[in-house]
Amino acid sequence: MTEVLVPFDEVVEKFDPALGLEIHVELNTNTKMFCGCPAVFGGEPNTQVCPTCLGLPGAMPVVNGKAVESAIRIGLALNCEIAEWCRFARKNYFYPDMPKNFQTSQYDEPIAFEGYLDVDVEGETFRIEIERAHMEEDTGKSSHVGGSDGRIHGADYSLVDYNRAGIPLIEIVTKPILGTGDKAPLVAKAYVSAIRDLIVALGVSDARMDQGSIRADVNLSLAPKGSGVLGTRSETKNVNSLRSVERAVRFEMARHAGILLGGGAVLQETRHFHENDGSTSSGREKSDAEDYRYFPEPDLVPVAPSREWVEELRATLPENPATKRVRLQGEWGFTDLEMRDTVGAGALDLVEQTVAAGAAPQAARKWWLTELARRANDAGVELTELSVTPAQVAAVQALVDAKTINDKLARQVFDGLLAGEGTPEEIIAARGLAVVSDEGALSAAVDKAIAENPDIADKIRDGKVAAAGALIGAVMKEMRGQADAGRVRELVLEKLA
Amino acid sequence: MSELITKTAAELADALAAGETTSVELTQVHLDRIAAVDGTAESGVHAFLHVDAEGALAQAAESDARRAAGESRHLLDGVPIAVKDVLATQGLPTTCGSKILEGWVPPYDATVVRKIKDAGLPILGKTNMDEFAMGSSTEHSAYGPTRNPWDQTRIPGGSGGGSAAAVAAFEAPLALGTDTGGSIRQPGAVTGTVGVKPTYGGVSRYGLVALANSLDQVGPVTRTVLDSALLHELIAGHDPRDSTSVDAPVGSYVAAAREGAKGDLAGLRVGVIKELAGDGWQTGVMERFAESVDLLREMGAEVTEISCPSFVHAMATYYLILPAECSSNLAKFDAMRYGLRVVPDGDPSAEAVMKATRDAGFGDEVKRRIMIGTYALSSGYYDAYYGQAQKVRTLISRDFTAAFENVDVLVSPTSPTTAFRLGDKLDDPLAMYLQDLATIPANLAGVPGISVPAGLADEDGLPVGLQVLAPALADDRLYRVGAAVEAALTTRWGGPILSLDKLDLREAGAR
Repeated sequence: MTEVLVPFDEVVEKFDPALGLEIHVELNTNTKMFCGCPAVFGGEPNTQVCPTCLGLPGAMPVVNGKAVESAIRIGLALNCEIAEWCRFARKNYFYPDMPKNFQTSQYDEPIAFEGYLDVDVEGETFRIEIERAHMEEDTGKSSHVGGSDGRIHGADYSLVDYNRAGIPLIEIVTKPILGTGDKAPLVAKAYVSAIRDLIVALGVSDARMDQGSIRADVNLSLAPKGSGVLGTRSETKNVNSLRSVERAVRFEMARHAGILLGGGAVLQETRHFHENDGSTSSGREKSDAEDYRYFPEPDLVPVAPSREWVEELRATLPENPATKRVRLQGEWGFTDLEMRDTVGAGALDLVEQTVAAGAAPQAARKWWLTELARRANDAGVELTELSVTPAQVAAVQALVDAKTINDKLARQVFDGLLAGEGTPEEIIAARGLAVVSDEGALSAAVDKAIAENPDIADKIRDGKVAAAGALIGAVMKEMRGQADAGRVRELVLEKLA
Repeated sequence: MSELITKTAAELADALAAGETTSVELTQVHLDRIAAVDGTAESGVHAFLHVDAEGALAQAAESDARRAAGESRHLLDGVPIAVKDVLATQGLPTTCGSKILEGWVPPYDATVVRKIKDAGLPILGKTNMDEFAMGSSTEHSAYGPTRNPWDQTRIPGGSGGGSAAAVAAFEAPLALGTDTGGSIRQPGAVTGTVGVKPTYGGVSRYGLVALANSLDQVGPVTRTVLDSALLHELIAGHDPRDSTSVDAPVGSYVAAAREGAKGDLAGLRVGVIKELAGDGWQTGVMERFAESVDLLREMGAEVTEISCPSFVHAMATYYLILPAECSSNLAKFDAMRYGLRVVPDGDPSAEAVMKATRDAGFGDEVKRRIMIGTYALSSGYYDAYYGQAQKVRTLISRDFTAAFENVDVLVSPTSPTTAFRLGDKLDDPLAMYLQDLATIPANLAGVPGISVPAGLADEDGLPVGLQVLAPALADDRLYRVGAAVEAALTTRWGGPILSLDKLDLREAGAR
């Protein structure tokens, strides 16, 4: 069946979108949610398992206290109430990657509930209301071998790796997000981004969407413009990048509108997102209407965090990322665009640390967002993964400020740093990068350039100062870059005055 | 046949300490006894599903070596024991009486198993049981029934009929059982043995393949109250692997049993539960119960009748909570990781394999309870069934709380009847369920209970059990009262209720 996709402008003209987001955050605790196995990504399949996380007969769960602590901190950061008493519950359904054929989760008694998070989209603030944040265990990971698309249908056989089974997850569920209109895709993206920033600031997860440590499920429904009702929703599972979140919302809006305008009814179902073309398709593996037969987990005692503990944890909360951004932008004097680019590049903390190490904010921003961003991009890694530290960037900038090197030489210093050739000073010495300050050599080079470019020299003599650039370039070339361009300019203009 | 098999565990421990016997000898005489009377699924007691002669003798030899070196890990070091097949034993098959776990050998030990191993008790083998502990006759074992040593045409009770029969037939001096609604106490009653269900949380459940997690408890199965006390102290205590285990010091059960055996119950307040009597209660059972109550009075106890009005709803409550929990617990048996695997022709998909395996691997009673539980938890029915059952459960707990404000212990017959004939109730699940009428309330409330032999019913000459219930964590009272009754009756009878000449073991060619 070919889907009718309605143009976005028409969708928002005729419908009100309602968003709902469920975000799973994989915690970075040392051990799993209910046993002592290491909770780390990767590893040889089925090596980080024990009777409990394999669901062997007779084995029992024990709650990981550190995971409860992380859950409470996330709840507090989302302005939630923290339950005085709550229980785990079994979510019953059969699936081979679930060792017990039930997931130990929380149902009607979440650890955190009734919170909110404000996100800014194009200057407008949206308050996203958080319904709940609850604790649960991850499932194993199935891989389907054979067949065309790696899906279970058509596969020859399937393999299950239970290393992931039992890794602690926090699921953060919003209330329906209304009134976003044409900004719905951007609000969804901004919300997921804000959650990621918060998780990073809390230090409770690796927060790597590409590795699945943050996974978003996007719910969307449309209702006739101004009707004030909620339409039937679809749930697009495992949308694993910020851009994909935006695209998934956009696609589902277009698809729902196509169905509704054609007189059809939207099916309440699970959808898969396809990165290649930004579309979604129906997921048949698990029905949304399934009855999970929740009931309280009888092998665990209730979690009852004392108010004293909750207040202790509240005191450990980092500055809210949004508040922090406003503060830093003021301190640094960045424009909105500069600030957005800095955040977008994931360079906020790096710039902050570089400034703290003594560099001017604009200089710090310049290095991270241009020179170093390019290198990270070339290497296919995150900025934070480059082997250049904020302290080193500040040291290089200090050398530029002292005119020991210029910007062009600084780039070679970064080459040296990335190649592990030592400190900036050592690299300058070893590579012979210091600016030539010998006036005699410089003067000779300027004379040579004037002699070789009589036409340009004449223009400058005639007052066309802008032409000086060509001569400066020639001098710099002659000096193999190791000259202070400002001084060269002065010499050229002196000699041709 | 060695006279050693008729000794109590406490006597065997003394003999070991005195150097009058060795653990290897003790283990061997019990293995010989098993070989002589246990038989097969078709005939004999059939208390064991798996006998580990080699392992038991090796453990016994280690125990003897320790003792020779002047060391002993525990009073019971070297005394052999049988373990119900619902407890995980590393390296020994653990089937839970089900085809779906045929051949499964756990890679780990249940905490209680680890404790008895660490204390040096050789494990003779794994005992028969109703499949996943669902039943009151051991007829629901997928490997054939256990027969009552008193009369091999009769049931040994259940679900722990294997452990009770093994102890009654002198195949083992000690056994471990589990009690979810009476699976230790009711077999104890109908085989003339002692069985204790400890306070919920008193003994670790880690490694106990759960029937109903909120009701299950591991406990001792023995021939004397003192032996139960010895074993109970050994297996009890907080376990960090079981969050529901109580972090409190283990009580002085042995001391309580020794104190009780002196026969002085002056000042003890005893309540007779009014609701656990009447229609359907066998005459001989009620007669022996009445005698036991008289005996308590004679020993100085102050006896009153106590009403626990919510107990009439205990059965209905139990048969909602238990199936709900077990329907979820048993979901893990899906052929994906261990146990039976049935691949239907032409469809090797996970879903088809799960269905075919569960269809072939589970017996009718298990399927019945999975269906009831699945229904009771379903959306739209949860509040009416599971939710309501939890409320009634609270009421039953309140009945106990109110009763224990006025009395120190409660008493009742353990089971409404003596051992019925094999096959009699197989087609009538409700009649089978009624066997646990008197034992279920304690599981719902988490309080401890003991069944001690009260004599033989006049009409059939079969054992009757007296149940004593105490408040949570007051398990020591069970031992005081149980030992007092046991001592007085043994004196009256001129010896223990169980003796070799009373048993029906000819068919197996024991003599």
